[in-house]
Amino acid sequence: MSSIAVPRQRQRNVLAAVLGFLRYHVLTVYSLLFFAYLLLPIAIVVVFSFNHPTGKFNYTWQGFTWDNWRYWDGVPGIRSAIILSLEIALIASVIATALGTAIALALVRYGFRGRATTNILIFLPLSTPEIVLGASLLTLFLNLNVIFGFWTILIAHIMFCISFAVVTVKARLVGFDRHLEEAAMDLGANEWTTFRKVTLPLIAPAILAALLLCFAISIDDFVVTYFNSGSKITFPLFVWGAARIGAPPQVNVIGTAIFVVALAAMLGNILVQMQRSKRAS
Amino acid sequence: MGFFHRHRGLTPYLLLAPGVAWLAVFFVVPLGFLAYQSLESGNIDFGYAFTWAWGNYWHAIRDYRAQFVRSLEYAGLATLLALLISYPVAYWIAFRGGRWKNLLLLFIVAPFFVTYLIRTLAWETILSDNGFVVNALQSLHVLGPGGRLLATSTAVVTGITYNFLPFMALPLYVSLEQIDGRLIEAAEDLYASKLHAFLRVTLPLSLPGVVAGTLLTFIPAAGDFINAQLLGSPDNHMIGNVIQSKFLELTDYPAAASMSFILMAGILVAVAVYARAVGTEQLTGTAV
Repeated sequence: MSSIAVPRQRQRNVLAAVLGFLRYHVLTVYSLLFFAYLLLPIAIVVVFSFNHPTGKFNYTWQGFTWDNWRYWDGVPGIRSAIILSLEIALIASVIATALGTAIALALVRYGFRGRATTNILIFLPLSTPEIVLGASLLTLFLNLNVIFGFWTILIAHIMFCISFAVVTVKARLVGFDRHLEEAAMDLGANEWTTFRKVTLPLIAPAILAALLLCFAISIDDFVVTYFNSGSKITFPLFVWGAARIGAPPQVNVIGTAIFVVALAAMLGNILVQMQRSKRAS
Repeated sequence: MGFFHRHRGLTPYLLLAPGVAWLAVFFVVPLGFLAYQSLESGNIDFGYAFTWAWGNYWHAIRDYRAQFVRSLEYAGLATLLALLISYPVAYWIAFRGGRWKNLLLLFIVAPFFVTYLIRTLAWETILSDNGFVVNALQSLHVLGPGGRLLATSTAVVTGITYNFLPFMALPLYVSLEQIDGRLIEAAEDLYASKLHAFLRVTLPLSLPGVVAGTLLTFIPAAGDFINAQLLGSPDNHMIGNVIQSKFLELTDYPAAASMSFILMAGILVAVAVYARAVGTEQLTGTAV
């Protein structure tokens, strides 16, 4: 090595050490700041669910109260909106998951003509802006003189949930040990029995995950619902209407409740996974 | 390879039929109706008639060019911000998360557990005129005494960035997580500095995640109208706001339908330009 290369090498080492230090600590600090940023609006939602607003605007902190939680349905229309959202989410997630699981099984298990087209058909709704999904469905219903309401909302929700269900179940099926099924068949089980006794239990976690995902997406949907609801009001539509005149703190109460339930479901899922991997190792 | 492969016949089609039919009738066919409607003329009182009215498209571009451009600008900016903000964190979780990875990922998707509209309203609170952010910026003289954040493009881009951030962070994490740490070690053994190893090994290997995250963020962001409605002023309205009001308030269906297609075309062009820049291999690699 030449005499110039040595100091440059040392310089590079110092630089590397500094960068290494930065990467270790600054990155951690930055990440914590990031999570603070991510969770700040959520904290606002939770805190303002306990606010006691004097005017109609729930923007500034006025004082603590339990009343919003005690009278969570104290605002006209909020209870029926929540019930409608739950009904739609429940039915849509069950139907979409059933349809999606069947598609996922076909895509992973069988070679057939039209497989590539099916893949594209599944992928397209995921990559189309929601407003176009909502608008196109609206024109369909308008042109066929369909009456907007419960059924049009349900149809729309099933439509945009199917792809999510397919993707979720497919991910699990791909890493699936097919020998288990072959063993069942070798022991004399027919296709249906094998599916029921072997395949279904093995992909059950993925089906559950798809159900939860569809439920979450459905209950949160605003745009597509807004285009196809007619005079029916789901919870997000209620929030939209309320926001124009100042959303009451009860909106925060329901938002917090949904958040807590979803968080609990996900935490439970993670804990089960952690325990399972502990048992496996 | 066993039983399933010997019974190709009808089974896959029977499994596919209900779901695919649903998507065909309620996703593909409606797009046809939307295309048809976009070429109609007339009005809601006297009815619409199909007249190959390509003028709808030109009028939409002529009258609403600002909103189209704004949509792509806001979405592009928000996507870039989301990428810059979340890449280091995705990196941190992937390489330093240890057994807390799943829990940290849960934090990343936590915003999705709060209803979209409610978390946008929370930003309205955060950015409001007497809120702590505005007060802090005013005392730092970043904002003038009467300066505000609400009803500005800053507020809209802030909202969009926040709302779609998990779509960026998750694919980034997945691609970073898959990187074999030995490759980075090898680069360092071969005298690459940490920075070089990052630029030459880690970053290129994480590109599929960057591409997937960019698409997943940009596409919904470009069609969004909620952030512009709740956090912006009419001067910040995006094309989604126009489409929404034309459809649901003004019932000018042909104009709104043509705008929907222009929006999709705009997104396709943007994605194509982007694909050109990063290479199509990355794009198709993430497709399915």
